[in-house]
Amino acid sequence: MNGIFLNEVVVVAATFIIYWLAQRLQAKTGFILLNPILITILIIILFLMIFNINYEVYQKGGKYIDFLLKPAVVALGVPLYKQMKVIKKQALNIVISQLAGCITGIVSVVLIAKLMGASREIIFSLTPKSVTTPIAIEISRSIGGIAPLTASVVIVVGIFGAVFGYTILKLTGVKNPMSQSLSMGNAAHAIGTSKSMEFSPAFGAMSSIGMIVNGIFTAILAPYVLKLLGIWIEL
Amino acid sequence: MIRQAAIIFGCLGVGELIVHFTSLSLPSSIIGMLLLTLLLRIGWIKLEWVNEVAGFLVSTLPFYFVPAGVAVMLYFDLIAASFWPIVVASAVSTVLVLVVTGWTHQLIRNKSRKTRDNISTDDL
Repeated sequence: MNGIFLNEVVVVAATFIIYWLAQRLQAKTGFILLNPILITILIIILFLMIFNINYEVYQKGGKYIDFLLKPAVVALGVPLYKQMKVIKKQALNIVISQLAGCITGIVSVVLIAKLMGASREIIFSLTPKSVTTPIAIEISRSIGGIAPLTASVVIVVGIFGAVFGYTILKLTGVKNPMSQSLSMGNAAHAIGTSKSMEFSPAFGAMSSIGMIVNGIFTAILAPYVLKLLGIWIEL
Repeated sequence: MIRQAAIIFGCLGVGELIVHFTSLSLPSSIIGMLLLTLLLRIGWIKLEWVNEVAGFLVSTLPFYFVPAGVAVMLYFDLIAASFWPIVVASAVSTVLVLVVTGWTHQLIRNKSRKTRDNISTDDL
């Protein structure tokens, strides 16, 4: 398995095709565990391991896909702008509840991981775990985490949130649908948002606000929260 | 289309410059995103100048992090060694984020509802 079979274009094409098939698989089955990103990543890893190919070989083509991550995050400014009206109407409520959720998320994941003996790199990788994957990857890179670990944890957290989120919210007395949707976006980003979208577009919109706003809050606050926690415990 | 790409990459470029010349520990892409939102908001950029390319990038966004996800294969040993801290911390923290966000939002919403109701009865 060398040469032409692993040139950049073939790698990019194969990634596209696998992703497309994975998307169709989920559309056909409607099964949340068959998340197309997760399936694509697993298939590529399996393939590379079976044929004993280094990650660096894949990355020769993969870096061209990775390159578009940053401009795509910038493009999220457009949906953010479109949601501005809703956000403005209840700005204070959204800001306060998401700030509370964001800080709770960072502090709790850091403390639990630390108590259970995780290393510094692992703790930093887990810090942006509630944030949508592209933003989480960027945050992880800038605070010194392992971005690929962050990406996998974020996807798994999203699936966990989408599967159990609404049940957990109902069991803990969060009954208002708008509060539920905002929480889903705040805790389970895009995958949680797609779950809310199944109920109604209004719920989906609220979740997507939760997702983007938490991305911004975590990006801004994570370095400072980590610094503050660092005074108290050794990070 | 070129104008659309120019705006998006322009915002990203400004973000990169800001990160380079200040000690801001914010990803350049987040700065670019906020800048784009701001420019749309104040009307220096019209929505139809970026809508198509931005729409394409946003709708295909998950695809762009496949390579970053595949790189997790380099860290299997590290993950295996810290498997339980990773799983427990992430799961418990996710539940806390859900509940804290939901409770806070619901509480403020109900309170502001009540105040509004009080005002309206007073007015009558």
